[in-house]
Amino acid sequence: MDTSEKQNRLLVDLHVKYIQSLDTKKDDLEYWLTEHLRLSGVYWGLTALDLLNSIDALKKEDVVKYVVSCQHDNGGFGGHIGHDPHLTYTLYAVQILVIEDALDAVNVDKIVEYVASCQDRDTGAFTGDEWGEIDTRFSYCALSCLSLLKRLDAINVPKAVEFIMLCKNFDGGFGVSPGAESHAGQIFCCVGALAIVNSLHLVDADLLGWWLCERQLKNGGLNGRPEKLEDVCYSWWVLSALSILGRLHWINKEKLIEFVLVAQDSEGGGIADRPGDMADVFHTLFGIAGLSLLGYPDLKPVDPVYCLPKHVVQRIGLAERYHV
Amino acid sequence: MALEAEVWSDIKPIPLDDGPDPLAPIAYDAEYSEAMGYFRAISQRDERSERALKLTERIVEYNPAHYTIWHYRQQILFSLNKNLNEELDFVKEQIESNPKNYQLWHHRQVLVEKLMDASCELPFINEILNDDAKNYHAWTYRQWIIRTFNLWENELDFVNKLLDKDVRNNSAWNQRYFTLFFNPTKPTEEFLTQEIEYVIEKIKMAPNNISPWNYIKGIIAKSNKDIGILEELCKEIEKQDIISPHAIGCLVDIYESRARKGSATDKEEGIRICTLLAEKHDAIRKKYWEYRKVILTSL
Ligand SMILES: [Zn+2]
Repeated sequence: MDTSEKQNRLLVDLHVKYIQSLDTKKDDLEYWLTEHLRLSGVYWGLTALDLLNSIDALKKEDVVKYVVSCQHDNGGFGGHIGHDPHLTYTLYAVQILVIEDALDAVNVDKIVEYVASCQDRDTGAFTGDEWGEIDTRFSYCALSCLSLLKRLDAINVPKAVEFIMLCKNFDGGFGVSPGAESHAGQIFCCVGALAIVNSLHLVDADLLGWWLCERQLKNGGLNGRPEKLEDVCYSWWVLSALSILGRLHWINKEKLIEFVLVAQDSEGGGIADRPGDMADVFHTLFGIAGLSLLGYPDLKPVDPVYCLPKHVVQRIGLAERYHV
Repeated sequence: MALEAEVWSDIKPIPLDDGPDPLAPIAYDAEYSEAMGYFRAISQRDERSERALKLTERIVEYNPAHYTIWHYRQQILFSLNKNLNEELDFVKEQIESNPKNYQLWHHRQVLVEKLMDASCELPFINEILNDDAKNYHAWTYRQWIIRTFNLWENELDFVNKLLDKDVRNNSAWNQRYFTLFFNPTKPTEEFLTQEIEYVIEKIKMAPNNISPWNYIKGIIAKSNKDIGILEELCKEIEKQDIISPHAIGCLVDIYESRARKGSATDKEEGIRICTLLAEKHDAIRKKYWEYRKVILTSL
């Protein structure tokens, strides 16, 4: 079978092997230089494996033990053992524990306390950590995390929504902070966050839907901003937002599926940002999650709001709460 | 980058605890490993010293995204009352080689916030935008600087220059909107009329460029003007035999707004061009144009 033939379909077995092998590359400097991302890598890999019907490829016991070892006394999680707590990694940790149905392994009250401490009382925004960087990504992290823990009561939700709405732009999109350019990654975060707290009525769904489907280029791939290069991870950021807004069908599915499949590494497994580049676990998850949203056969359905397998979101009773 | 032995003779490096089940043997870069061993040892006792500062410098040069090291470095800098202008030079070099790193930009913001002096910032950001005029971090930081230090005065000139260079730079169009509407001094009615003229000229230069189309519609909505003022532009582009889905799409907006006021001919015409877009000029977004057609039909 030649390369192009192989890339007509999703190389499930190769991707499973690729993800499994990530933790054994400890001879590479690269592995150590990305140490601060280790916990994210586990979330990306584990979620991808579950969507591929292969969650057992990583041992639950090891995964849970590792996640627990990243928690700090203040309740937050660092990107790896010994790394400072951060809201982003705290969400990844909670997502992993929810997938593994292992929240009882950690002190949930402490996590809630940590997340709540990241909210700025005046603006309603969230900082990523005690150092004060503000970003709508962190609003999503906080709302998603507390929603998964069923503890949204711990923060000021109306204020959080108020801040997100300040970041809404003239083109219907959202940026990192008030006035910042619309960006597909931030749009996923803002639309996802608004969905979690039942505030989608605040989105101009037609205007934003147009902006999102306008991201599709002739080769089927999606970019994250006008005049930028297409990238597999945007097949997730753009698609999930469209899906939450009930407008997934506005893009051309066949062309996008083709684009994602061609970005697969047909020898080593994994998916790259675009055809011809090196595969990584981040784009592997978002490629697979995108395909799942597009209804690609034999993948478990993914939840567009939480970026978790749908059966997980259903198990904890949070599925289908959002409506435009 | 081997560390000088005598400076570190009192410290016993702490080896990495790589999780509950470390897969030995570990053979990664010896120098980075050595530096991290010392870092774990001194951060555990919260040592804030010259040698600790030097050590963080070496580690971030290896790995600028290591956010824990940056936090530690900030604490040392402030505790030792270091000259933060020197640190600005250091972080400048770092950003030049890693312009898309969150930690570096945030570190710079923390320093400038502490110094409350932004005199070097716009020239520095200009330099970065000169290499990549769409760097999201640089633009976000620029907006923070402009807002915090009230540097609105020359921003429109700056945006003009960028758009002269590349009319397709969406970041510059966004900055234009920011400059007009986030400025505490709001634009006058007269200014907005001129602004629309300016954008129309830019659209004529590249009718398939979505950024000014989004921008002009944003301004029209914001200032409660009638979208019909763009009809002439759309027709002119059509006459030149340029196929611009954006121009045709804008006509759909115009006809729809008139159909809403009861015009049957505009409704007909809107439906006709939606079909044209769905079948021919923007077929990849067929479903979107069909949706617009359904809306028009229901009016
Ligand atoms: Zn990407």
